[in-house]
Amino acid sequence: MTINTLLVKEGCPQEQMACFRKMEKVIVAMQDPDMGMKMRNQRLLITVIPHAMTGHDIITWLIQKYCISEEEALHLGNLLVKYGYIYPLKEPRSLVLRRDESPYRFQTPYFWTSTQWPATELDYAIYLAKKNIRKQGELMEYEKERYSLLHKRINHTWDFVVMQAREQLRASKQRRKADRIVLECQEQAYWLINRPAIEACQRALGRNRVKSSNCLEGFLKHSEQYQNHDPIMQGCLPSNPWISDDAAHWTMNADVVPVPTRLRVERWSFSFMELLSDTMGRKEFMTYLEKEFSAENLCFWQACEEIRHGENSRISEKVNEIYKNFLAPGAARWVNIDSKTMYKTLEGIKRPHRFVMDDAQMHIYFLMKKDSYPRYLKSDLYKNMLAKAIVPQETKKSVFPFMRRQRHSSPSPAQAATQATEEDGRVKEAGQAGANA
Amino acid sequence: MCDQTFVAATFGPCENCSTPSPLINIYIKSEPINYCSLCVEMMACQGLQKGESLVSLKRESESLKKKLEEERKKLCDVELNQVAEKIEVLGALSIKTRRVLKGHGNKVLCMDWCKDKRRLVSSSQDGKLIVWDAFTLNKEHGVSLPCTWIMTCAYAPSGCAVACGGLDNKCSVIPLSMDRNENLAAKKKSVAMHTNYVSGCTFTNSDMQLLTSSGDGTCALWDVESGQLLQSFHGHTADVLSLDLAPSETGNTFVSGGCDMKANVWDMRSGQNIQSFESHESDINCVKYYPSGDAFASASDDATCRFYDLRADREVAVYQKDSIVFGASTVDFSLSGRLLFAGYNDYTINVWDVLKGTRASILFGHENRVSRVRVSPDGTALCSASWDNTLRWATDFVTENK
Repeated sequence: MTINTLLVKEGCPQEQMACFRKMEKVIVAMQDPDMGMKMRNQRLLITVIPHAMTGHDIITWLIQKYCISEEEALHLGNLLVKYGYIYPLKEPRSLVLRRDESPYRFQTPYFWTSTQWPATELDYAIYLAKKNIRKQGELMEYEKERYSLLHKRINHTWDFVVMQAREQLRASKQRRKADRIVLECQEQAYWLINRPAIEACQRALGRNRVKSSNCLEGFLKHSEQYQNHDPIMQGCLPSNPWISDDAAHWTMNADVVPVPTRLRVERWSFSFMELLSDTMGRKEFMTYLEKEFSAENLCFWQACEEIRHGENSRISEKVNEIYKNFLAPGAARWVNIDSKTMYKTLEGIKRPHRFVMDDAQMHIYFLMKKDSYPRYLKSDLYKNMLAKAIVPQETKKSVFPFMRRQRHSSPSPAQAATQATEEDGRVKEAGQAGANA
Repeated sequence: MCDQTFVAATFGPCENCSTPSPLINIYIKSEPINYCSLCVEMMACQGLQKGESLVSLKRESESLKKKLEEERKKLCDVELNQVAEKIEVLGALSIKTRRVLKGHGNKVLCMDWCKDKRRLVSSSQDGKLIVWDAFTLNKEHGVSLPCTWIMTCAYAPSGCAVACGGLDNKCSVIPLSMDRNENLAAKKKSVAMHTNYVSGCTFTNSDMQLLTSSGDGTCALWDVESGQLLQSFHGHTADVLSLDLAPSETGNTFVSGGCDMKANVWDMRSGQNIQSFESHESDINCVKYYPSGDAFASASDDATCRFYDLRADREVAVYQKDSIVFGASTVDFSLSGRLLFAGYNDYTINVWDVLKGTRASILFGHENRVSRVRVSPDGTALCSASWDNTLRWATDFVTENK
């Protein structure tokens, strides 16, 4: 639903039509002669009301039919009453479903919320008026009824209704052919807009698709792999800060810590992206590359990222820097790219733009991913880190569970940025916070 | 085609050729135009190429769509719930509300987490933007904006700024300052300009670029510093209500969903529409990527949430129940992607098992429709914002029950 429908004050907003249709399905199922609700004559004071049911019956039926809990059945039943599909016989002003013997009845479809659009009321009134004028007094019984009902309800617009009816009758005699032509023109104009849909369809046909079984296995694997890392499913150690009011979990997993947790180091082995997106992981990888004398690859990749996501104004400046440091012949940290990509990049540098380094960056990224990354995972550096990594002890439940721990605040990132902190300073802070918690 | 002798509705100067003549009223994209019959005929014919006619175009479009469906079906050798049979059923979830944040005076429309996992920003209908430390419940910053209905807000990756937009047709960036005396509203900087309301915004991987979606049917990428439009994305035929950035290693795509019932995947570099999915039966209110980036979920007014696989190029699951009657307005995945949290207009949040397609749990508590549901960046908690003016944090009490 859009903001336009949210702001509509009169009439029924368009977005609710879908849910009314669904509600009507429920109501129709309830009225099914075989599987629906058992209705009986209910006593209301001294009168006997036919075709009524109790609140208790409604809830039992909903629970049975949709296999839901009592709480949910009560919730759904309340909505049905609130929107007028079922109304209470006792206390008709209180639109609430009661779980007891209070009697309820189904509302007739004519009064369903979805049909009460002033627009269609008007249209219907005009239609009946036209019919009345055309064949004087030949409206059917129920039509006569509705006509007078409408006359009462929208009395203030009745002049308009009669006038419109007369106009439309007169125009329809002359406008038949014109209507057809206008419709044709509208259709043609419609196709002007929708031509691109055909082109998109053609493009889509040419796309490479992967077999479903492979894709779906991928989702299973991903969920399995990350299950232990999902706090909502498996909990987290030492404790979920939101439950225990203890921020230890966050301090242990801060950006830079002396010793990382085991789960965190394990995640670096899930994918190259995981390793690079973790600050510590990236630092470790850089250390490893330095040992292998290929650190310039990661530096180049980082510099290219800065261009892609940086300010427009500094693009040329950064591109020049990269050229000087990484691409120029004899550069201090020359990166090894294939000649075709190098040529293309050098040509592009003549007119630098945000994506000029993309091909080269992609080449280096996949080089690291296919070559350096798997070797890193097998290296001693990584294995030592994994062995050193801590597995936090689960915090024992406090003896007095009702005593709330004091929740420590943390420095806002906005503040940290404004006080140009050195890396050492930040590590010290993290260490201190760890000691305080 | 056009018979000049019919009776036209109005008479006046044609909006195209300015000659006074009987005018035909037609609608293009709900804009009424009044052209004389000759101009209408010319305009209609321009769209058609040689040898094409209305009938042939229609036929071509229908047959293409059919062929596309067949191609998609060919590789569909198994369904998700079949593959998911071999994994264990989820254990019982006991998700309870841990904190209720009351501070907004009116409907909370949107919220976003900060990367530090405990701060968040929320925006409401009365024009207020509040930055909270959700852990201590402290309000750290409060901004009062002149425009009401701030429909979207986002936290910058660095944590130093927030972006917000709504009925003012703009998306602005506000740098956060720790100086209590500073009036943050004065430092607001307008970045995005649309011709209709801004429905969604997000920063890309840095503070320097902003991606927005709007009621004018387009999405756009902006340079924050200069306010320049870097790329615009056209293809939706109605309001775009939501967007989400792909968590992929190359970081170049995003998905958007709109009132034309379509979810489109876009390439940020070229502005092209790469993939399109049209299986919902009503407006798509929210789209969100699966954590691996290979799929995304959508929430719609037709009371269903759907799961689309990008590599197989088709819808692979529909999350619906006959007893769920009201539209879904927001979705988010848990960290592993196994759970899907969806907020509905009947004030509830349903938790779905993504792989098995069944509902794992239902959360009650809000007193009005749920406008936004977001899992924290480290997956420890779920925050829901609602029209009942509150925000709630909920998490699963797994460790306590062990």
